[in-house]
Amino acid sequence: MNYIHHDTVVKRMSKRLLKNKIYKMLFLSATLLALLVLAVLGYRMIIQGTGYLNWDFFNNFSSRFPQNAGIKAALVGSIWLLAIVAPVSLILGVGAAVYLEEYAKKNRITTFIQMNISNLAGVPSIVFGLLGLTIFVRMLGMGKSVLAAGLTMSLLILPVIIVAAQEAIRAVPNELREASYGIGATKWQTILKVVLPSAIPGILTGGILALSRAIGETAPLVVIGIPVIIHFLPESIFSEFTALPMQIFDWAKRPQEEFQYVAAAGILVLMAVLVFMNSIAVIIRNKFSKRY
Amino acid sequence: MNVQSMIEQHKNKGMKKFVEKLMPKLLFITALVSVLATIGIVFTLIFETFEFFRRVPFFDYILGTEWLPFSGTSPSYGVLPLIIGTLKVTGIAIVVAVPLGLAAAIYLSEYASDNVRRVVKPILEVLAGVPTIVYGFFALTFVTPLLQEVIPGLKIFNAISPGIVVGIMILPTIASLSEDAMSSVPRSMREGALALGSTKLEVALKVVLPAALSGILASVVLGISRAIGETMIVSLAGGSTPKFDGEITDSIQTMTAYIVQVSTGDAGYGTTIYYSIYAVGFTLFIFTLLMNLLAGYISKKFREEY
Repeated sequence: MNYIHHDTVVKRMSKRLLKNKIYKMLFLSATLLALLVLAVLGYRMIIQGTGYLNWDFFNNFSSRFPQNAGIKAALVGSIWLLAIVAPVSLILGVGAAVYLEEYAKKNRITTFIQMNISNLAGVPSIVFGLLGLTIFVRMLGMGKSVLAAGLTMSLLILPVIIVAAQEAIRAVPNELREASYGIGATKWQTILKVVLPSAIPGILTGGILALSRAIGETAPLVVIGIPVIIHFLPESIFSEFTALPMQIFDWAKRPQEEFQYVAAAGILVLMAVLVFMNSIAVIIRNKFSKRY
Repeated sequence: MNVQSMIEQHKNKGMKKFVEKLMPKLLFITALVSVLATIGIVFTLIFETFEFFRRVPFFDYILGTEWLPFSGTSPSYGVLPLIIGTLKVTGIAIVVAVPLGLAAAIYLSEYASDNVRRVVKPILEVLAGVPTIVYGFFALTFVTPLLQEVIPGLKIFNAISPGIVVGIMILPTIASLSEDAMSSVPRSMREGALALGSTKLEVALKVVLPAALSGILASVVLGISRAIGETMIVSLAGGSTPKFDGEITDSIQTMTAYIVQVSTGDAGYGTTIYYSIYAVGFTLFIFTLLMNLLAGYISKKFREEY
């Protein structure tokens, strides 16, 4: 009686184990490859861009000549853009999240709004550009202003902010609300003084991540028709302006080779702004996150 | 307490009641903004596309294989070359992103220790936060020259380079969402399979993967949707020659890149070219909407509950 051949079992088992090992290496190298791409991307930008990063680069407007091209208008323009997008998208986004989490009854309208938000998040950014061009630039006559671009970007990141704020509000334990009602607070007082303060780290973290998306987004600005060579800084929200990604796009498209380095320098500035914003988000998350 | 302070208090109470009633309504209005945005998008696209179809016959657009809007004498508006261009880039992106993304997800969820996962996953997600303009520049100035060394006859503008880079862009979406789906497969199922003598690979491929299939499929469909709507990478590295063929080493044009080309050019308001970007945008919108609805449907319909 010898149904099980010891040698065959050992052989098969070691084969399976070997296969396991090989695949583990494959999976690991796929992960490492993704990280490698990120490293190469960063390395390339630094190698190409640092040569152009000097004081003149920050202090000059863009130019037809690469050695004179600077990023001043774009950097200031992006900050102006942020000054519109941040308040508009945060107020609308947090307001909608508070409504959906605290007030909305579970009915068809609420389901519809919720479904609409997740579908809006999947609309390509360039389509938001078409919306901005038609409604804000043409119909409401805002022109290619900071305001028109800012409102377009606000709508673009609105779904992201709503979802982040909803999650933050949902994470506030019900006991806090009940304790607040227990000492006689009204619903709005509870929301304003109990729920929102404990949800604010989560809201800000999600909000800053969404805002950094608005800073890096190019397609809607292209469609709105934001100019690229501009020799003045915006004076009000109705001024024409340009923004970092738009400026980089213009430089990257130019045939002269030196403009590639200018574009890489612009990318370094953009990435620095994004890293700065993201580290604020991380600091907020680490410093204020409470566990209940 | 005198009468005056009582009146004052009463007034405050009225004020409080007023605020209590007002706030839900104000907040409801903010929630409606997202609905208004959707309505705005749909109506903008429909109205301007309607204007486009008054000038160009519907079937010429939807079935035409020639996209030559800038030809002065006989412009033709057949959208198929743009759709083919988009599909080429999306196809290449999927070929790159699905195997790599799934492999990374399996590694992170089944093999990696908690510490490794905690470090690697956020770094992977940084890839998703890189602005697409940066990817576009990377594709044009690094990936294309690199590929030209390997593939002889590859043009400066082609479908392969932007395809690969779009794949890298959607990789974190697929990896991260698939990893979430795999991590939510209960431990007991893995332990059961391990106890029967399976190797980790067999557990991953025969137990975890099937159980997390709905989440994985949904992540892939979402990735496809993003690839279709991606704009800057394809406009920088893909070129602007819409063609109705299967060539991927030559210049192409996607739907999104066409909209960018018109927007950066000087097509005047009210021309047929101006309206054509809305028709193309509408087509793009329908494609991505279908993909997003499909993703939602898959993750709802095929979800396995444990």
